[in-house]
Amino acid sequence: MTSIAVPPSAPEHTGSRLTRVLGAATAVSWVVWLTYGLVLSPADVVQSESVRLFYLHVPLALSAYLGFTVTLVGSILVLRKNSAFWDQMAGAGAEVGLVLAGLVLVTGALWGRPTWGTYWVWDPRITATTLLFLVYLGYLVVRRLDLDAEVRARRAAVFGIVAFINVPITRYSVQIWNSLHQEATLSLTDTEMDGSQLTSFALGAIAMALFTTWLIIHRFRVGWLEYELDRSGLESAILERRGERTATEVV
Amino acid sequence: MFVEYVVAGYGISAIVLAAYVGWTLRRGRALSRQVPADRRRFLRD
Repeated sequence: MTSIAVPPSAPEHTGSRLTRVLGAATAVSWVVWLTYGLVLSPADVVQSESVRLFYLHVPLALSAYLGFTVTLVGSILVLRKNSAFWDQMAGAGAEVGLVLAGLVLVTGALWGRPTWGTYWVWDPRITATTLLFLVYLGYLVVRRLDLDAEVRARRAAVFGIVAFINVPITRYSVQIWNSLHQEATLSLTDTEMDGSQLTSFALGAIAMALFTTWLIIHRFRVGWLEYELDRSGLESAILERRGERTATEVV
Repeated sequence: MFVEYVVAGYGISAIVLAAYVGWTLRRGRALSRQVPADRRRFLRD
């Protein structure tokens, strides 16, 4: 009796063991975070129930910075190694970061209404976050320019490095300028938060970071498949063209 | 007090993130069927 060895086939999705483990960890952490932050932890004495927006708003912001950091690292490696892998990774980080930054603006506005009495004010932190959002939107536009792939990757990489300057500016805007937005309530040396609030925030930060990592991996793989599809389309076109030329020479 | 803002914040975030995750996974599935198996690098760990 003979057995035929079946070669391992590539999956027809962007999942893998790593993403399944990360996905499971994300699901568990979200259940713990949402149960603790929305149900078990008490309302704030001053902010009442609206303090629960803090457990979402700040983790979203930190995870957006995580996405933009991936773009920075990817962009540097594109310029150093001319790497398509890191170009796709940079793009994935920026797109995921942009979605999260958009939600930072929305949840910030919803938190601002009960806290400050207004959804929007041109405060340094809010203005800096809006600029951050627009700059990374611009970065994604550059990635879609109709240029040679290598030239486009290098231009996007330069944009991705310059764009990151906005991240520390946004982060420290409340310290640099007079701001309506509260200063950082969490620091390594001085924390002004109650124990249950700190726990809710920490759980949110972990849950959102796990989710962001999981999502960036999936988005990277989608980008990689788009890249390979473009490349195989280009190669087929070249082969077709060569075939036509050979046929003409024979005639 | 202010529960409506909390519900709106978490609700909008859940909808946007679910839509983006759904789009990403669906696009990954569709593309991986079009790309030849030997070119689907980085889809395995």
